[in-house]
Amino acid sequence: MSGISKPMDEQVQRRRFDLRALFRDRPIIPLIILLLVLVAVVEILQPGIVSPRWAGNIVRFAVPLAILAAAQTLTMLTGGIDLSVGIVATMTAFVMATQVAYMDPVLAIPLALAVAAVFGLANGIGVGIFRVHPLIMTLAVGLVVEGLLLVYQRQVLGGSVNLPEVITWLGAGRSFGNIPNSLLVFIPLAIFMWFLTKRTGFGRLLYALGDNEGATRLSGVRYWQVMIALYVLSALLAGVGGLVYIGLIKANSLSLAVPLLLPSVAAAVIGGTSIFGGRGGYGGTIIGALVLQVIATLLLVLQVPEGTRRIVFGLIILGVTAAYTRITEER
Amino acid sequence: MNAAARATGQLGGSSIGSTVARFLRRNAWVLALWALLGALVVFTITIQPRWGAPQLTILAIAALPYAFAAAAQTTAVLVGGIDLSVAAMMTFTSVCAAVLMEGQSEEFGIVAVALVLLLGLGLGMVNGLSIVLTRVPDIVVTLAFFFIWEGAALMVLDAPGGSSARWLRDLIIGPVGGFVVPAEIGDWLPKSLLLLVFSLGIVWIPLKRSRLGLSIYAVGSDQLAAFRSGIAVDRTRVAAYALTGLFSAMGGLILTMNTGLGTPIQGPYLLASVAAVVLGGVSLAGGKGGLVGPIVAVFILRLVRQDLTLMSIDPNVAQVTEGAIMVAVVLVGALVALRSRRS
Amino acid sequence: MPATATEPTTHLLDASGIVKTYGAVQALRGASLSVLPGEVHALLGANGAGKSTLVKILTGAVRPDSGEIVVQGQPRTVHSPAEARRAGLVSVYQEPALIPDLDVLSNLRLTDTPIEAFLAWVAKLGIDDLDLYEMAHDLPLATLRILDLARALAYEPNVLLLDEMTAALPADLAEKVLEVVGAQRESGRSVIFISHRLLEIGALCDRATVLRDGETVGVVDMEAGAEDRIVELMLGASNEEERSIHHRVVRAAAPTPADDTGSTVGATTDAAGPPRLRIRDLSAGTRLKGVSFDLYPGEVLGLVALEGQGQDELFGILSGARKPTQGQLEVDGHEAHFGHPADAIAAGLVYVPGDRAEALLMQRSVRENIALPSSARPRRWGPIRMSAEKSSVDAAIDKLQIDTRAQGEVRRLSGGNQQKVTIARWIAEGVDTLLCFDPTRGIDIRTKRQIYHLLRELADAGTAVLLYTSELEEVQLACDRAVVIFNGQVVAEMDAAVADEPTLMRAAYGLESTNGGEAGVGVLRAGGSR
Repeated sequence: MSGISKPMDEQVQRRRFDLRALFRDRPIIPLIILLLVLVAVVEILQPGIVSPRWAGNIVRFAVPLAILAAAQTLTMLTGGIDLSVGIVATMTAFVMATQVAYMDPVLAIPLALAVAAVFGLANGIGVGIFRVHPLIMTLAVGLVVEGLLLVYQRQVLGGSVNLPEVITWLGAGRSFGNIPNSLLVFIPLAIFMWFLTKRTGFGRLLYALGDNEGATRLSGVRYWQVMIALYVLSALLAGVGGLVYIGLIKANSLSLAVPLLLPSVAAAVIGGTSIFGGRGGYGGTIIGALVLQVIATLLLVLQVPEGTRRIVFGLIILGVTAAYTRITEER
Repeated sequence: MNAAARATGQLGGSSIGSTVARFLRRNAWVLALWALLGALVVFTITIQPRWGAPQLTILAIAALPYAFAAAAQTTAVLVGGIDLSVAAMMTFTSVCAAVLMEGQSEEFGIVAVALVLLLGLGLGMVNGLSIVLTRVPDIVVTLAFFFIWEGAALMVLDAPGGSSARWLRDLIIGPVGGFVVPAEIGDWLPKSLLLLVFSLGIVWIPLKRSRLGLSIYAVGSDQLAAFRSGIAVDRTRVAAYALTGLFSAMGGLILTMNTGLGTPIQGPYLLASVAAVVLGGVSLAGGKGGLVGPIVAVFILRLVRQDLTLMSIDPNVAQVTEGAIMVAVVLVGALVALRSRRS
Repeated sequence: MPATATEPTTHLLDASGIVKTYGAVQALRGASLSVLPGEVHALLGANGAGKSTLVKILTGAVRPDSGEIVVQGQPRTVHSPAEARRAGLVSVYQEPALIPDLDVLSNLRLTDTPIEAFLAWVAKLGIDDLDLYEMAHDLPLATLRILDLARALAYEPNVLLLDEMTAALPADLAEKVLEVVGAQRESGRSVIFISHRLLEIGALCDRATVLRDGETVGVVDMEAGAEDRIVELMLGASNEEERSIHHRVVRAAAPTPADDTGSTVGATTDAAGPPRLRIRDLSAGTRLKGVSFDLYPGEVLGLVALEGQGQDELFGILSGARKPTQGQLEVDGHEAHFGHPADAIAAGLVYVPGDRAEALLMQRSVRENIALPSSARPRRWGPIRMSAEKSSVDAAIDKLQIDTRAQGEVRRLSGGNQQKVTIARWIAEGVDTLLCFDPTRGIDIRTKRQIYHLLRELADAGTAVLLYTSELEEVQLACDRAVVIFNGQVVAEMDAAVADEPTLMRAAYGLESTNGGEAGVGVLRAGGSR
């Protein structure tokens, strides 16, 4: 720290426990509190429901969402978004599920992920080289993927859902009682995400691009390079999420992970990643995904009709983000 | 001649040539879209020589809900925002209309229409107020309302039901025919198209010249400058979103009029509305563009779909083609924008 | 209100006790400002003193925590620009307030501006080819600022607030503005004039209020010697040496043939070997029409030009942001073609823009900003060596005396410190050729001096520095040589010793210099096409 002395009153102010500042600088804390409060509410409404088994279930279902939300977090850091993650995840899962009939899972899985990467490349080229707005590009690519999926489905002798064991083990299985096996994929992924965003040059560039693209250009950053890498990575993450998800659901469908799209955005946003870019991180997103999952369970427990469930879901998104904005806004 | 007079002279009598040139320059994208639509019509007639008034009418009816969705989205985008709940609002208003008109007299239809339009305004206002009061970005707020309005629709009707006044349905079916205009022209004028132009025009044309219309463009173009110019930015934004709700309600009414029912499931109108806005030359940043472009874009996309069906192409391949066309147009548009920025 | 024995008339505007706190930072702690009818009143203060906050409060853009605003004897609440306008307070900000995507006429209609009055003012301000149907985004910045001013004047405000009005204007328009401002006095109206240009203020203003650290530290009548008093107030308690140097900054316009030891002018450059940059007939766009000069390592070369003479395009080419339509650029003897700033950086040319918002990541920390270039290339996208980075960043902060912790958000820094951060990011990596575009615009005197020192140090260490400045006095303070560009071409090249303000000014206008004969020193080229 450079040896510049600070005025007296500033030092005094800093010593005083500033709750607001704490929430602003570590926004994950109110989120965790919210999560705990929600869990407590669930327990109050149905005493005894909260158990290691229940927690394991929550995590099991939250993992695929959190993986998709990882993709969303990265793109949102640059002020972008990836509206193709749902369909890309579905496509990856579908390709894998159908190709295992012809080849070993060890080949089918990378093949499926490669397909995802190609779509990510398309996104990256559109956003990075042609400078199309990410919302539009990923939307358009998503439509194309949806169509391609339909075409592909006609070509492949559909029906035979013989998911490889490793996938179902990872997606749906548990070990040591209630610990979901998908954590075996998720924990390294989360560590990777943390490291990427906080400790690598690439991560710095994501934040920088979200803050001020012009400044990055002046510092020698080539936008197209970062964008292509980013959207390929996003698609790969979506693909991994799709593979885990199909293992969980154990059913092949043409719109498998599509319902996870908007919740993936919600998880990132609730988790504190700004949709404008330049701010946020994956830690919050993980909690966001858990929060959404607990809310979904809460609504089921309350046996709330479908319509009310949707309304509550939307209100929670609105409420949490409004509170978050209030806490972190400066003026 | 002093400067003021010279400048005022510009106000009154700039040459016809420069005015035309200016018009062409400012509306280049939309004019290109009209040209594209024209070319597509020619193409359609080429592959299906019997393409005529009935097909045009079918096209128009199919395009109608998409057109209203596009109009709704355009309003939100022009003010510098976006509304992810457009399709949900359409669904909710559609369901409400169907329930309102169930078991009621034909005359009640008018009341129902008025109520539903008011409802749309109200929904949009709720969207706008939420955005302005919570200061949460519009994407996130309207994302939340995507679920809220969808849930509300489900609460009103948990399965398709309700009904629609017969005269309302007749309003959009078929051509104008011999009514008021000679049949030769009237046969080619689908009633649905007239309804579209009328309902959008009656709102948009006076709005565009008005103070509110200018304010919407101003806020979309540069919010800070608008604020410093003394514009009530928040009020303008709420008004714009209210308008989005109004156009969504029109779309919802069309849905009910089309099927005679209310269906509490969202149609594919959200993505389509954003696509139409982009293809229609409206800048996602706000402040630039108009209502005509997206509507023409909707017709282009619907006509493409019709053409693919006429060419007996696998509907799944049609989907890919549509998406690919969107990608191509978007890339070309971006390239053009890049090129003009460089020069 | 009855006049007291000592206070003669009702103030037109009387703001007192204005307090505004943003989180833990107190931007204003009891600032005050009173303006008499029919006066031009300057508002001064170093960056970070609270000027911009006070302006925003007076014109309704921001609400104060406490304080009173009294307009013509009546207390008013001014909570929006519209309310401010109704109270007779109209301001012209540094950023144009015209809506880019609307044409001029629509802009006027939007704000209920009386068109005849507006056009009359536009003519008076020296613009005589205005097309009302032209889109605002097609107009140059200077024109937009004049239109903003004309619009403000058309409202006939009691108090007109001008924030750095002349900063972005070419000298001819600036002069007209000052004329018009002065004329407001005659109708009993007043103008609050915010500027860093002490000489302008001295010539134009009646009184000056000085802010420091969020409060008003003095109100000065603008008479002889007022500038010194003002500088004193802005700096607070300062030692003799600093004060004397600042006096020199103020008096820089007067040519002093024998330079004092305290100033930062370096010795006349002997071409120390081959030039770092060789620029030949460089052209681009409509405004750069064939510029040629050399830049040598170890020198600070000042570039002087009126607004819009091609210097933006020139810097764009040198920094790799745009391509020339003609001409050549040689770096260390090799021909250079830059397709992207990364190419320029690879060739050792780094660019420091004058607009901090352009160059900085406002929401990110000082550290991330300084370390940004080191992550730029894909090879460097991998893991960061945190401790190595920390020490190089801390070293840069120390060297530039940036007043902050490395973890702090850049947007919380004052303008001067922010500018230092933009320079610091290149220091960390080492610099061959430094291109600075008006780095000291809008910065307080103390930081300016620090930046001059820094440029001198870099040059002494072998860096070639190209410094474009809009403040002519800087040339003799910081540079070894000067090059003047007019109408897209170089019209004069001279040693700093003869580059006094009048000489530079004449050259900048494309006029032939009357200062023909400081024998044997420097080269003066005949004026370019008029």
